[in-house]
Amino acid sequence: MSALLTVKNLRATVAGQQVVEDVSFEVPATGVTAVLGRNGVGKSSTLKGILGLYDRTGEVTFDGARIDREPTHRIVQSGIAYVPEDREVFTMLTVEENLTLAARQAQPRWDFVHALFPELAQRAKQRAGTLSGGQQQMVSLARALINDNRLLMVDEPTKGLAPKIVNEVGEALAEASTSVPILLVEQNLKVIKRLADRVVVIDAGRVVHTGPAGELLDDPDRIQRLLGVSTEAHDTREAHP
Amino acid sequence: MTDKLSGRWGYVIGAAVVLLLVFLPLLNIPGLGILPGPTYTAGSMHLMAFTMLMVALALTYHLLFGVAGLLSFGHALYFSVGVYGLAIVMDRTDIPLVPAALLVIVIGIAVANVLGAISLRVSGISFAMVTLAFAQAANVLVRRNPGRVTGGDEGLSLRTAHVPDFLVGVVNTRNLYWVALAVLVVVYLITVWLENSRLGHSVAAVRENETRVRVLGGRPYLVKLITFAVAGTLATFVGIVYLLLQSGASHTATGTEFTLSLLVMVVLGGVGKRWGAILGAVVYTLLDQRLVALAQSPVIANLPPFLHIPLSEPMFLLGTLFILVVIFLPGGLTSALERVTRRRTQTVPHRVLEDVT
Amino acid sequence: MSTFVLLLITGLGLGALYFLIASGLSLIYGLMGVLNFAHGSFLTLAAFAGFEVGRRVGISTWTGLFLSLLVGAVVGAVFAALTELLLIRPLYKRHIEQVLVTVGLSLATVALFEGIWGPDPIFMQASGWMRQTTDILGAPIPNDRFVSIAAALLVLGGLVLFLNKTRYGLIIRAGVENRAMVTALGIDVRKAFTLVFTIGGVAAGIGGVLASHYFGYVSPLLGGSLLIFAFIVTVIGGMGSLAGAAIASVLVAVLQQFANFYLGVGDLIVVLLLAVVLLVRPQGLLGKAAA
Repeated sequence: MSALLTVKNLRATVAGQQVVEDVSFEVPATGVTAVLGRNGVGKSSTLKGILGLYDRTGEVTFDGARIDREPTHRIVQSGIAYVPEDREVFTMLTVEENLTLAARQAQPRWDFVHALFPELAQRAKQRAGTLSGGQQQMVSLARALINDNRLLMVDEPTKGLAPKIVNEVGEALAEASTSVPILLVEQNLKVIKRLADRVVVIDAGRVVHTGPAGELLDDPDRIQRLLGVSTEAHDTREAHP
Repeated sequence: MTDKLSGRWGYVIGAAVVLLLVFLPLLNIPGLGILPGPTYTAGSMHLMAFTMLMVALALTYHLLFGVAGLLSFGHALYFSVGVYGLAIVMDRTDIPLVPAALLVIVIGIAVANVLGAISLRVSGISFAMVTLAFAQAANVLVRRNPGRVTGGDEGLSLRTAHVPDFLVGVVNTRNLYWVALAVLVVVYLITVWLENSRLGHSVAAVRENETRVRVLGGRPYLVKLITFAVAGTLATFVGIVYLLLQSGASHTATGTEFTLSLLVMVVLGGVGKRWGAILGAVVYTLLDQRLVALAQSPVIANLPPFLHIPLSEPMFLLGTLFILVVIFLPGGLTSALERVTRRRTQTVPHRVLEDVT
Repeated sequence: MSTFVLLLITGLGLGALYFLIASGLSLIYGLMGVLNFAHGSFLTLAAFAGFEVGRRVGISTWTGLFLSLLVGAVVGAVFAALTELLLIRPLYKRHIEQVLVTVGLSLATVALFEGIWGPDPIFMQASGWMRQTTDILGAPIPNDRFVSIAAALLVLGGLVLFLNKTRYGLIIRAGVENRAMVTALGIDVRKAFTLVFTIGGVAAGIGGVLASHYFGYVSPLLGGSLLIFAFIVTVIGGMGSLAGAAIASVLVAVLQQFANFYLGVGDLIVVLLLAVVLLVRPQGLLGKAAA
């Protein structure tokens, strides 16, 4: 299977500090590729480096074209949607405005998004800043899914969410993954088990393991060694309702 | 360059430069267009003394902007406390010069501490705005001429009744030159000492990452306030001698444009580098003073209007030069010089500007 | 009572001028993080352009007034757009350098204006309706105040419509909140940068022509002196907030007028107000909390 996205020797800096040391991996054209690793090893920074939100060097190829010198908006226009950590909805804009802003194509997929998250249709005129964390995450996902994308990059979509919402978000991502490949950064092992086909493990700014998801997830010792968590505790972070 | 000069050779070269400056008024070195005449003439000595005071003032601004990363638009205020403070004390009281100057410095310390304490409650652009507003208030006050003490737009000339004779008049420009040189040396040594002191290191750490310093148990606010107060007080000190040299106070010394010119000097030379502030101040002051003379030359005056109008405005040329340096020479003139002299491509990029918030 | 009304409406007229400058400053700062020191020069050049038009067409006629306002707006827009494209854009993401460039531009242009039009104010003797007064509750109000207020209200209304009803308005509102996320949605935010500069230039241009009527003169320092108060207004209102700029403009100008009349210290009161606001509420009246 040929790779859709190839990352080779990616380094990223923010404010003069190196946050990604030297990361190389590939994302195939189907399924979910999960990026794993302890807190602060550079998972989010890797996504931001790919997108050009952080200054970066190295080779990033998307569908045969080099994108590591392109500005962020061009990269996104070429079909890579981004759902950032902490959601980053525009709190002063309404739900509808958030989605309108994100919609790039002539026929935005309003029906798809509203079918996935009916709540967003009901709350169209509400300011995004007044929504709950889970609802904001839906807005953030919907901003990505309203366009036809060729790759979805999703950063910790279940962070700080209540278990019920975590399930909903997982459901939505599973639905999305049937039509578009996903590069997913996630800490919740339950969510990873459900979604991921392949895993890339990052430690201290470098890739330390790649392979099929099942192989790693069925090996508690390796999980313990690579991620520093035991499989019993599926999520080490506290959940905020 | 800075690193090399900070070693033992730095002291030797520094001492040699100071020694040369001490003897300049006794020598007959031609002005070469940079100075209005040979170095022993009153006009040249006055310009050199003026330049040295501007260099000293630029060093105080360097402490603020380059070392502490505080973008102040109101540094002229502390300078004008010295200029107007002494002018008013000499005008209204019979206190002799030295005690009067000490009194003004005490006032300068108080003003810098109080206004610094208020301004530093905010940071970044808000800090820049508050400092601008305070300086503007001082400018308004001076021009309003309350109780006729400041002379308003006319300015206030120095009453020399209690100024020692050897510091009064054109015939004594040479003495004022030496006083200015002494001020420059004092300000320079204090700047060096402060930058290398614990305070200097902690304020640089605060500039780079304030949160980290706070987490490590430092006190960023206090460190910044002390630096602000020292820079302000030194500016007051320079202002006092500036008054003696110019024998009068003018409201332009309190204006925003004056602070901006200090910013221009420091950036022209290279932010964060002591030699940058010095070089920038020399280049700026000499250009500012001498471009006027150039503008009056027949070569310029006979040009068509679209050329001679811009060329006869020194600030237009300086402003344009400044823009070009900011866009094309990050790191200022000193970085450009380093690049030329070292011929090394891998110079460490200067990050001070990125630290200024 | 008539004094009160006179001071109030004169204050509103001055507030209108402040708003015309501060609105652009605030939008530019909010979206781009750039404090634009050259904004005063946009205003000054537009004022001189309006003055030159008025001199030829006649400043006392309606045609002269509208034509000079139009020319002022166009000159302000072109100057501002060129500033963004030629000086700000090459320094993308280097905010302090961007501020420094605008400082250099303001120093250079003020000197250039002095070279062209001379350093001293040129007084303009408008006659006719603009110089006449209208009685409001017994207070004789110079008519140019009404024109300023009307122009500021039109600009405010236009800006509100633009920001709320157009796609670019949406991009600007989103960009003020989180510029990086706007680019991460595939939007080239740099076009919006040029746009806010141009809009700011239009408002400042109109403000420049009106300021020359309000004060009765044009001078190379006209923009710079107003700019300082516009900065204060922007900070008090909250950087990036249009509504904040509008409220603070009126607040500052009216306070200034009353303090000037009764105490003679209007400018100092304004600085004091700034200090108080910054200490009590550093983000300004309607600004978002400091990140």
